[in-house]
Amino acid sequence: MFDLDLWREILQSMNKNRTRSILSGLTVAFAIMLFTILFGIVNGLVNTFEEAFVDDATNAMFIYSGNTTKAHKGLQAGRRIQFKNEDFDYINEDFEDKVQYSTARLYRNVNASFRGEKNSYSLRAVHPDHQYLEKTLIKEGRYISQNDLKNKTKVVVIGRLVEEDLFLKTKALGKYVNLSGIQYKIVGIFTDDGGDNEERLIYMPITTAQQVYGNNDYIDQINITYKPELGIDQAIDFGLDLEKKLKNRFSVAPTDQRAVRVMNMAQQTKGVNQFTGVLSLLVLVIGLGTLIAGIVGISNIMIFIVKERTKEIGIRKALGATPRSIVSIIILESVVVTALAGYLGLLVGVGVLSWVGPGLEEYFITNPGVKTQIVFSATVVLVIAGALAGYVPAKRASKIKPIVALRND
Amino acid sequence: MLKISKLHKSYPIGDSSLHVLKGIDLVVNDGEMVAIMGSSGSGKSTLLNIIGMLDEHDEGDYELDGVHIENLNEKKAAVYRNKFLGFIFQSFNLINYKNALENVALPLYYQGLKRKERQEKAKFHLEKVGLLDWAHHLPNELSGGQKQRVAIARALAANPKLLLADEPTGALDTTTSYEIMEFIQHLNDEGKTILIVTHEEDIAHMCKRIVRLRDGVIMEDKIVEQVRAGQHV
Repeated sequence: MFDLDLWREILQSMNKNRTRSILSGLTVAFAIMLFTILFGIVNGLVNTFEEAFVDDATNAMFIYSGNTTKAHKGLQAGRRIQFKNEDFDYINEDFEDKVQYSTARLYRNVNASFRGEKNSYSLRAVHPDHQYLEKTLIKEGRYISQNDLKNKTKVVVIGRLVEEDLFLKTKALGKYVNLSGIQYKIVGIFTDDGGDNEERLIYMPITTAQQVYGNNDYIDQINITYKPELGIDQAIDFGLDLEKKLKNRFSVAPTDQRAVRVMNMAQQTKGVNQFTGVLSLLVLVIGLGTLIAGIVGISNIMIFIVKERTKEIGIRKALGATPRSIVSIIILESVVVTALAGYLGLLVGVGVLSWVGPGLEEYFITNPGVKTQIVFSATVVLVIAGALAGYVPAKRASKIKPIVALRND
Repeated sequence: MLKISKLHKSYPIGDSSLHVLKGIDLVVNDGEMVAIMGSSGSGKSTLLNIIGMLDEHDEGDYELDGVHIENLNEKKAAVYRNKFLGFIFQSFNLINYKNALENVALPLYYQGLKRKERQEKAKFHLEKVGLLDWAHHLPNELSGGQKQRVAIARALAANPKLLLADEPTGALDTTTSYEIMEFIQHLNDEGKTILIVTHEEDIAHMCKRIVRLRDGVIMEDKIVEQVRAGQHV
């Protein structure tokens, strides 16, 4: 099937008619380049958006307490609402079918020291489930365990940067660190994708912290995740229901925005989904628009090329060229030019993206890029469009009587 | 070689049609050199185009080298053109981005010959028209006479049975015209059958037979004493 002579003819024709080849190539290259760049930028936007949520579980809910702002049931405004262990248990029991992971949090600031090194850190006293809620990645050792909770053991899990700060070159795992005067054994080191601040934390069993700091059963915050099988709308309902019941439990006015708050990621996820939906639509419109522009461009050029070659076609026919050979020579030339140009456009587009990409982060565009697959398909579409656009006039030209074509001086 | 009887051809013009050929009868034998003359509009070019299968006739019979030419599809016409006919045009019709050698080799490409064979044959024919030294020049680097000689070499390359020339000297000055005619006469001397459309009397008289057309019919068909172009050069 491979016809060396045919390819030689095509290459010669392309080479000797450079303006024509470059013109049609430029259209396709430009279309593909624009396609790549626009697509890459939109992808960058999506990346930024997704990165903002990568740290925490997307099905999380955060439950905070504060001071009441409204008088209710004979109780004055300004009353402090304090969560306790029983509230944590209440949530776990009453919403057992909806809660996936749950943890309480107690916040403290501690001065940590090891040998000569000292620094202050945020301490989070938590339940073992916290690991999944925060997407904490254990680098060495283990996380807080159920046993730790039961025995109120004096153990901590420290962030990667805490180890770097305090332990310098030595291994922290298994050593004892001094937190505000008490020695705790380090049972694990963790990393976190959420950034440096997340890696400068110290985790402790909540029961230990409650005993050490005040010997009570206070809780600062409760974090849970809802079961993923709940749909977005069900999850939002769950959050509203939970908030209502907690408000009732603490005799807080239903309209009080401060006393008990449930921050539901489901609501945010819904927003994110809507945003990505709009972006996808945008991508579709941009992609189709660029492609259509490219198709129109290459079609025009193909019609022009066939017109320009009418006389040559007449000569070839007078010398014995079959209509098929005429069509194939025009189509193949078009396919070769568009394919090469499409590839060039892809290279330039990707080049531009990787060149300006890093500078675009302040415009909320992170790591803009495109799937080669998508651009490849776009190029294929243009190649086919070029072939089709060339086929119709080429077919017509191949049917013109040679005498008509030759008269066309 | 060529047998035409009761040939009709008309072109549609708007609603009516223009009857260009009104029953042409013509027989051309092997080795003849015929001039077809007539004023413009007499139908001489149309006749040549039909003979050359560049156009189709409406009615009548056309037989070329024993083959009935009718209802040709494009592919068949292409094969016949390639096998039987060589064309020489007034405006040369060389492909401008191909050099002289490649132009001459083109009909051989459509005959399906191998590249090496094409090159050799094309060189042979270029040498015959005395332009081997110009083989790698593009048409726009050649003079009018040279271009026509390349065109003749191209017409000869496929070794056609019949050579058709449409005003071959129309774009050339007198001296060059006679040079070209001298060459064409040589080809005829070697046995090629040649048909020339012209409106120049001196060119016509360099053929062996003159067919005069007027208003789509043959007015006169006579054998003439050939004037050798070489005498004028």
